Amino acid sequence: MNSISRRKFLKITGFSVGAVAAASALSPIVKGSEKINKEKVKGIQKIPTYCDICFWKCGAIAYLKDGALWKIEGNPNDPLSKGRLCPRGTGGIGAYSDPDRLRSPLIRTKERGEEKWKEVTWDEALDYIASKMKKIKSEYGPESVAFFSHGIGGNFLKHTLKAYGVNNISAPSYAQCRGPRDVGFELTFGDGIGSPERTDIENAKCLVLIGSHLGENMHNSQAQEFANAVERDSTVIVVDPRFSVAASKAKYYLPIKPGTDIALLLAWMNVIVNEKLYDVEYVNKFGFGFEQFAAEISPYTPEWAYTETGIDVELIRTTARVMAINKPATLIHPGRHVTWYGDDAQRSRAIALLNALLGSWGRKGGFFFPSSYSIPPYPYPEYPKPGKDKVDNPDNKYPFAIEEITTGIREATITGKPYPIKGWFIYATNLIHALPNEEETIKAIQNLDLMVVVDVIPSEIAGWADVVLPESVYLERYDDLHASSFKETFVGIRQPVVESPADQKPNWWIAKKLADKLGLGNYFPWQHIEEYLDYRLNAAGLSLDQLKKEGIIRGEKPPIYFEDGITPEFPTPSGKIEFYSLQLAQAGFDPVPKFTRPDEPPAGYFRLLFGRSPVHSFSRTQSNRILMDMMEENEVWVNNDIANRYGLANGQYIKLKNQDGIISNKVKVKVTERIRTDCVYMVHGFGHNSKMLKGAYGKGASDAQLITKYKIDPIMGGTGMNVNFVTFETEV
Amino acid sequence: MARFGMVIDTKKCVGCMDCVVACKTENNVPEGYNRDWIVTVSNGKFPDIHLEIQSQRCNHCDNTPCVSCCPTGASHVEEFGKIVLVTHNMCIGCKACVAACPYDARFVNPEGYADKCTFCMHRVEKGELPACVSVCPTHCMYFGDLDDPNSEVSKLIASRKNHTLIPEAGTSPRIYYLT
Ligand code: SF4
Ligand code: SF4
Ligand code: SF4
Repeated sequence: MNSISRRKFLKITGFSVGAVAAASALSPIVKGSEKINKEKVKGIQKIPTYCDICFWKCGAIAYLKDGALWKIEGNPNDPLSKGRLCPRGTGGIGAYSDPDRLRSPLIRTKERGEEKWKEVTWDEALDYIASKMKKIKSEYGPESVAFFSHGIGGNFLKHTLKAYGVNNISAPSYAQCRGPRDVGFELTFGDGIGSPERTDIENAKCLVLIGSHLGENMHNSQAQEFANAVERDSTVIVVDPRFSVAASKAKYYLPIKPGTDIALLLAWMNVIVNEKLYDVEYVNKFGFGFEQFAAEISPYTPEWAYTETGIDVELIRTTARVMAINKPATLIHPGRHVTWYGDDAQRSRAIALLNALLGSWGRKGGFFFPSSYSIPPYPYPEYPKPGKDKVDNPDNKYPFAIEEITTGIREATITGKPYPIKGWFIYATNLIHALPNEEETIKAIQNLDLMVVVDVIPSEIAGWADVVLPESVYLERYDDLHASSFKETFVGIRQPVVESPADQKPNWWIAKKLADKLGLGNYFPWQHIEEYLDYRLNAAGLSLDQLKKEGIIRGEKPPIYFEDGITPEFPTPSGKIEFYSLQLAQAGFDPVPKFTRPDEPPAGYFRLLFGRSPVHSFSRTQSNRILMDMMEENEVWVNNDIANRYGLANGQYIKLKNQDGIISNKVKVKVTERIRTDCVYMVHGFGHNSKMLKGAYGKGASDAQLITKYKIDPIMGGTGMNVNFVTFETEV
Repeated sequence: MARFGMVIDTKKCVGCMDCVVACKTENNVPEGYNRDWIVTVSNGKFPDIHLEIQSQRCNHCDNTPCVSCCPTGASHVEEFGKIVLVTHNMCIGCKACVAACPYDARFVNPEGYADKCTFCMHRVEKGELPACVSVCPTHCMYFGDLDDPNSEVSKLIASRKNHTLIPEAGTSPRIYYLT
C-alpha cells in the first residue's frame, strides 16, 4: 500500500460532514476527531451507540473530551451489557485510532495475494466492481456471485446483492462455529439456541460447561452471569482438557480426553436414567421415544466411559447426581464454538437430551424463551427470484443443514459444480483465519473473476482481493437497528460519534452507491440511512430522535418460562422432545447419539486445540493498539511434563509443525500444569501475515494455518477442526 | 477523613483485564504502559490445580517507601482519602520511587514523571468509583473507606478470608484479595 500523505489523512469528505451535521441537530455530536475537529466542543459529550468489537452488540456510551474521542463505557440501560462492557468493548476506541486501518479504496495491481495496490477513488472502485458484476451476470447469472459476511454491518450489502440476484449468502458463524449446536437442539426441541444464547445462567443452580471457557470467552452477558453464578455458589461443573479459568471456579473439574465428550454425556444420561433421577413428569408429558432412547443408552455405564474419557467413574456418577438434584435449574451449556470433531451435531444433541432429561428446556435456570422488539422491515421492492438453487449443499448432501455452508460455497468455487462461482464479496470476515485449510480457500480464489473485501483493517483475506473497500469503524457510522431476541425486548442504535479519519465510508453508503452503479437504485428509496431508521422506528411507534438520545429503548418483559405462561410447544416432527429421532434414522443417522472413538495423535504429536482470549475478537483486533498492549501475541500451552521431555522452556520461541508438514510462525511456549499431556492449546486469531497489518504482523502463531485437516459433519455440514496434530520445531 | 482501600474478590475475578483497559482509556496511559495488571498464581499438579487471579496496582500503602525516598516531595500522600500521588511538575524522573516500591507499581511516563495508579482521585472526588472498579464485568472489585467499619470494603475484610500482597515488606498495603 502506498503511504498516505498527511494531507490525505486530513481530508474531510463532503458526505461525512453532512452526516455528522445532520446528527448534531439531535445530539451533541461534534465534527470529527481530535485531528480534524475545527470547532472543538469544550468539555464532555456522551453519545450512545452499540459496540461492534464482537457480535454481541452491547449498548455503550462513547465519551468525547473537548471534541476528541476519549473512552467508551456500557450503557446502564442496556439489558446485554448492564452498563459494563467487556475488555474488548472498553478497548473499542483503539479500533478508531488503529494506525493500520484501511484508509482509501484499493485496486490490486499485481498478482492476487501479492498485496500490491493502487489507491483509487470510490467512484473508480465501485465502477470497477459494478462492471465486473454485470459481466458475471451476463456470462453466468447473478447466482455466480457469493457473499460472505459477519455481523450486523453486512445487512445493507446483503440487500444490494440480493437485489442483484445473489442467493449464495453465508457466514462462518454457522459451519465453522455454532451451527452444530443449533442443529442438535433443533433436532431435539424443534428450536435452536440463537445469539445471544437463550441460556438462563443467571438462575441456574447447577451450570455445566463442556469446553466452553466463559471468562476467557467474554460474551458479555454470559460472562457476567457466570460470575454471578459463582458468587451465588451454584454448582459449576467444567469439562475441558485444559484447566480453564472457568475450571478454576468449578466445584467439579473433569479433565476429559479430547474428542470423547459424547462418551461422557452418554454415561451421565445412563446414570440419570438408571437411577431414575430424571424429571419423570416432564419426560412423560413432552418426550417422544423415551423407551427406545433408554434402551440405546443402557450399555454406556460410567465404567465404560472411564476407559474412553479418562474421567474417574465416581466423578461421573457424582456429577450426574448433582445435576439431577438441581433439576430443572441445571443448565448444561450448549457452548458456542462447537465445530470440533465432525460429529458435533450429535454431541450437541446429546447435550440437548441431557437437558431434556433434567427438564431444563423452558424452565427457570435452564433455557428461556426469548423475544425481540417488533420492528417492521422497510418496504423495499421484492428481490428477483434466483434462477438456480444455492451451491453450498448440492442434492441436500447435509440433510439437516439449517444455514448456508461457507465451505460448500468454497468447494463449488473450486470445482465449478453445480455451477461456477465467479465473484466473492466478503464483508468483515477474515476467511483465511475463519475457514479450515487455507490452501483450498486460495485455490477457490484463483477461480474468481472478482473478489471484493469490505473491512476496517487489512486482514489476510483483504490481501487476496481485487478491490478492497475501507469501511468506517462502528464509532463513525450508523448501522441497522439492533433488536436481538433476549429475556426482554429492546432496540438499540449505532450512530456516529466521530468523523472517519480518512476516506472510509459506512457500509450503508457503500451498499447504496453500489446499487446505483448496478442500476438498482430503486432498491434504496431513501437518501440517507437516517430516513431508513426513522421510517422503521416510526412503524414501531418510536422515533429516531428519541433513540439517538437514549441509545436503547426497552420494550416489554414477556413471560420466558413454561412456569410463567409460555405454552410448551416443540416444533419437531412428533411435536414432542425427540429422545429418539425418526428423521435422523430415516436419513441414515443414529437416532440416539453414539460415541465414535477419536483418532489418536501419531507418536510425538499433540492434538491442537484453540480458544478465545478475553481481550481479542477472532483475528480482527490484534492491531488495536490498546488491546495489543493487553496481549500482543499468543502462546502455545504445553504440559510441564511434555515440556521437560522435549526440553522446552517457558517463554521459549518454537514453531509448530502439523501432520501435513505445515509449519507455523514462531510462537512462545507457555509451560503449564493447566493442560493434559495429549494436547496443546493456543488462542485463535494471531499469527498475522498480512503485511499491511503492521502492528500484528508476525506476532504469535495462527491455529488456522495449522488446521489443514477438517472433518465435515455429515448431518449439517459443519467443519470439525480439532482434528489436527502438531509437533515442536525448536529451530526458529 | 477517609482512608481509601480496595477489596478484590479473586473467587469472581476471571482475569479478563477489563480493569486494565479501562484504566488505560480513563487515564490516557501511554501505549506500552499500564497502571494495573493481572497476575495469575497457579499451584498444584494437573488436574488438581488452584488458581488465584489478582488484579494488581499501587497499594496506596500506609507506610510509603516511595514517598520517603522522594528527593523533591513530588511523591506524597494526599489528605483526601490518604491516596498516594505524584505531583507531575515537581517530579524530576529520578526513579528512586520506582525502585523503592516493592510492588513494581510505578513507571516513568514518557513525559518524564513517575506515573502510577491514582485510585482515580479525579473520579472519586466526584463521588464516582475508580474506572477499574466501575467497569469490571464480574463486579469483583470494591472500593471504599477502610476506616469506616460500616463500609462495604471493611465488612468484606471482616467477613471473608483475605490477604494482601507482600505483607512482609511492611508497607501496610491497602488492597485486599478475598479468597
Ligand atoms: S461482548 Fe464485548 S466486544 Fe462484544 S459487543 Fe459486548 S462489549 Fe463489545
Ligand atoms: S475487570 Fe474484574 S474480572 Fe476482569 S480482570 Fe479486572 S478485576 Fe478481574
Ligand atoms: S484506580 Fe484508577 S488509576 Fe488506579 S488502577 Fe484503577 S483505574 Fe487505574
